[in-house]
Amino acid sequence: MDEWRRLQPRKAGPYKVVGKPLPKVDAYSTVTGRAIYADDIILPRMLYGGLLRSPHPHARIISINTRRARELPGVLAVITGEDLPRKYGILPSSQDETALAIDKVRYVGDPVAAVAAVDPDTLEQALSLIEVEYEVLPALMSIEEALARPDVKIHEETRNGNIHKAVSYEFGDIEAGFAAADYVREDWFYYEGNNHVPIETHACVARWEPDPHNPIGGKLTLWSSTQTPHYVHREVSKVLGIPPSHLRVIAPHVGGGFGGKSDPFSHEICACELARRTGRPVKITCTREEVFLIHRGRHPVKMWIKTGVKRDGTITAMHFRSFLDGGAYGSYGVATTYYTGALQPVTYALPAYKFEGMRVFTNKPPCGPKRGHGTPQPRFAVEVHLDKIAADLGVDPIELRKRNLVRPYSRTINGLRITSCALEECLDQVVARSGWREFHAARLAREAEATRQSSPVRRGMGLALSTYICGAGKPIYWNDMPHSAVQIRLDRGGGVTVYCGATDIGQGSTSVLAYIVAEELGIEPERIHLETADTTLTPVDLGSYSSRVTFMAGNAAIQAARRLKELLHSVAAERLRLPPDRLESGDGFIYCVDDPQVALSFEQAVQLAEARYGALVAAGSYAPPEDIHGDFKGAGVGPSPAYSYSACVALVGVDIETGEVKVEKLWLAHDVGQAINPLLVAGQVEGSAYMGYGEALMEQQIFRKGRHKIPSILDYKIPTTLDTPEIETILVGRPDDEGPFGGKEAGQGPLLPVIPAIANAIYNAVGIRIDEVPITPDKVLRALKAARSEPGERPLPPPRVTPIVLNELWPARLIRWSPEQREPRPDPTNGHHQHPRQGESAPHGAASTSSQLPQKGGTA
Amino acid sequence: MLRLPPFRYLAPRTLSEATRLLAEEGPQAMPVAGGTDLLPNMKRRQFTPAVLVGLRRLRELKGIGGSPDVGVRIGAGETLTSVSNHPLIRAHYPALALAAAAVSTPQLRNAGTIGGNILLDTRCNYYNQTEFWRHSIGYCMKRDGSICLVAPGSPRCWAISSADTAPVLVALQARVRLVSVRGEREIPIQELFYDDGMRPYTREADEILQEIWLPPALGWRSTYLKLRRRGSFDFPILGVAVALRREPDGRIGDARITLGAVASHPVEAEEAMARLRGQQPTPTLLQEVATLAAKRARPLDNADLTITYRKQLTPVYVRRALDLLVEAEQGSGAE
Repeated sequence: MDEWRRLQPRKAGPYKVVGKPLPKVDAYSTVTGRAIYADDIILPRMLYGGLLRSPHPHARIISINTRRARELPGVLAVITGEDLPRKYGILPSSQDETALAIDKVRYVGDPVAAVAAVDPDTLEQALSLIEVEYEVLPALMSIEEALARPDVKIHEETRNGNIHKAVSYEFGDIEAGFAAADYVREDWFYYEGNNHVPIETHACVARWEPDPHNPIGGKLTLWSSTQTPHYVHREVSKVLGIPPSHLRVIAPHVGGGFGGKSDPFSHEICACELARRTGRPVKITCTREEVFLIHRGRHPVKMWIKTGVKRDGTITAMHFRSFLDGGAYGSYGVATTYYTGALQPVTYALPAYKFEGMRVFTNKPPCGPKRGHGTPQPRFAVEVHLDKIAADLGVDPIELRKRNLVRPYSRTINGLRITSCALEECLDQVVARSGWREFHAARLAREAEATRQSSPVRRGMGLALSTYICGAGKPIYWNDMPHSAVQIRLDRGGGVTVYCGATDIGQGSTSVLAYIVAEELGIEPERIHLETADTTLTPVDLGSYSSRVTFMAGNAAIQAARRLKELLHSVAAERLRLPPDRLESGDGFIYCVDDPQVALSFEQAVQLAEARYGALVAAGSYAPPEDIHGDFKGAGVGPSPAYSYSACVALVGVDIETGEVKVEKLWLAHDVGQAINPLLVAGQVEGSAYMGYGEALMEQQIFRKGRHKIPSILDYKIPTTLDTPEIETILVGRPDDEGPFGGKEAGQGPLLPVIPAIANAIYNAVGIRIDEVPITPDKVLRALKAARSEPGERPLPPPRVTPIVLNELWPARLIRWSPEQREPRPDPTNGHHQHPRQGESAPHGAASTSSQLPQKGGTA
Repeated sequence: MLRLPPFRYLAPRTLSEATRLLAEEGPQAMPVAGGTDLLPNMKRRQFTPAVLVGLRRLRELKGIGGSPDVGVRIGAGETLTSVSNHPLIRAHYPALALAAAAVSTPQLRNAGTIGGNILLDTRCNYYNQTEFWRHSIGYCMKRDGSICLVAPGSPRCWAISSADTAPVLVALQARVRLVSVRGEREIPIQELFYDDGMRPYTREADEILQEIWLPPALGWRSTYLKLRRRGSFDFPILGVAVALRREPDGRIGDARITLGAVASHPVEAEEAMARLRGQQPTPTLLQEVATLAAKRARPLDNADLTITYRKQLTPVYVRRALDLLVEAEQGSGAE
């Protein structure tokens, strides 16, 4: 039997809570404004903090004079880079940030000084009184400029010009693959990148409680709108030199993150330091413009793709290159670089695959992870590229995809383990539900009708597929500890308290914990009190990124709940005089499966168990299995305990006179395994569709003279409710063997196919290709005019992605790897891989990894 | 959150008290109605008035009344929501109802007034930025600087007239009444505008826009098309207001075409209007008129999307507006 099928027995359905469309546990408090967000926190004697930011994209700091600011009445502290010199960064391999700039600023918005004052007006005045003298340096504002000017180094530490990271991999025999092809096509694509635009801007409050008897001098608490309190905890502790034991990081309600609140930030570190210096609480709330400057958004990526296929569309080889515009700092960028290449073989079975990726520094706000982290860009490129190949070959785009789908329970050419996979069902569902075949069959009649009515609107349908991880297989910093842990305490009054570091950023992770524990213990979710995202109260969960929380915290919660259930059932069995295996929990009772009238209430069972065993507290934890990836350096990005799959059909109307594109409907099928709550899953699918739609057609991350051109949500266009297309969510798939109750992710995957589906639909409607995202109406009109070449007009050439020409070899050593190189390894000698990390849910043991594990921590 | 600069707020109860306060406080004072344009601009330090004179209590600025045969009076303090929902305006001045409904978002239309929309500050994406941003790139002549960042060689400011209702009111040949301690004046609305991004209005600092008069509507049809990126929360990047009156034989008796968001003031397409008058509206003629009208549009790179695109869309939008009005009259389809 396959290793991943040997698993714990799942609780037998039908479920009482799981799978039900229940409201979120915090729904009422959120929609009535009662929920407390970071900026709602007001503490006695609280000060207002703020950052002075660089007005130049690239400059040397000659001097900073803070005297006038410090002397302003009402100002309690002013700090600059020298006060917080220790470098940090989310990845251990990219420690390139300081809380405040030292010597140099690298983008407009780079923080230079921080102030704490008694009120916001004094703060603003103080910031304007700080004098900074700069020597302006040349600014590099694009991938091409960064490559062309190795002499202008944004970071001294880079070895090769402004190249932050370059990687090169060959999986399988790429030459043989192309040699076997009947047809080879190459394309260039560009994805401009964008911001997350969470509705809540970043905010934090820091409180220092001095204690002269404490050798550290006191303890620090930070409330912050963050997705990753654990990583903030680590980095703040490091920069401030305060042991983690003396620092507490709490994420209150978070008003959306989408990846933009996953880094440790300057404002968080500065608020802590200002609080420590003044002995008073300090709040820093970012403006919307600052959110655009803090950024960590979707990387602009230029992509080159070359694919060889057989006449019938079977892929024989793929070569993919990505060039990422990283902005001024590392952030998650090394991981992003890997992610632009890692998941291609997880959607389509590639017999040979070569991936070369590079990330360059530019003088723009730093890029990082955004919903889909590094994969929407290649997804756009691959899905449009395959559509072109289908058209070139005269093969139905659905048939072409079907010939290449990845198979369930297989290994990819780059060593990734695939388990449950309902990709084909996703594809079949969107094709059937959208009326794809009928729509395409009626093409000629539809065009004739449009002409007869002299309508300028042409309709088209496009399709795309995708995959996404259910949690990164490796933590951000290399360690062998659990990725998530849950603790549950039972109260003799029948109350249940669940403690978990998981951070609800609106996706509903707190609710999911409640549903899972309620299902396991057989109680109603309302009975459960949840303590989450608090580094002092709750066991570590790595954070809300990489779509990991339901899968990992959910499994940890099941384990903790089962340990308690076992205790409850043992005392209930005794009292009811039944063997424990005849008992089940449900509706607040522990009852006999053969005669539900024979039952004990949950409260009675808790009291009996507490009398027997003492205080009722249990913990569970989860770490992904080991043997889910290859054994080459860099294999830590891409593996996941499971993958979600999605398919999307877009129906668009293109106005041929204006180039305006209206997305009339999106059909989105998503393989979520078992939905823990189908309402929340549908919310994630719809939210992904909405966001993908905005990225495809509207959001422009453009710069003018070194500045973000439009850093406001008036001018930076995200869709409104009036624009949002009709979305039909179709949940498919069967429960995953390793997911909690079979659940997989839904928060990011469904975004991925939306963008290429819209691009392919535009082509289907009007026969033009815009190989660049966003597909704005000016680009569409330009392409339409170029294609029509109307008399009397001198049309501009169609929009085209300019290739990047490298004069030298790819600046990274090629790593060749093939699955057959994996050799069974004898029992690992380094026993720390064998520690009891996840109890019965860990299907390893027959693991066969070589001793060459990824050298650096695998990452988000 | 961006902070408002400090200011004193005065809340007069009558129009004469308001004009007196404006006169007394001098140029350091500004009137404020809905505040939806002024307050964000103050947060960005485009205006830093020491005194705001609130207009919301003034009854003299309220009310919508009249009839299509004598004309309609609209108090300048009426909200955009009430203008867009008013049955008289919807039935007889549909272009105005459409334009008022096209402004920003429902929430802002509930607060923003028609007077405020007419007197909207001209816009430019070098100017409508925070103090930090403008400091970073270097200030422009419209506020704190000396050059135009859109056209650095230009002696003038090219900020754009971006009010949805302004081109419509020009096309409808509205008149406006301005009141100050020095007296009252009623002028055709065209005379309220200057072709100057820095000083776009002939309104003096002590004057209050009290009301708008729409002429009789009998025989007229009108419409407004707005080029925008999304369904709500956008300033126009092109506004096309068209009003037509047909003769009984189907010829165009009179035509008004006004373009918004293509210059620092609403632009009347005079040549195009002249070409239409007395003619039968054939598709060929409408296309020709649209092309003529579009010659008046000279967009610059200071608003959303590209200059070429905004220029290319002008004739399309003018023709579509004309088509709508001609088709509405003729029942089904163009000939």
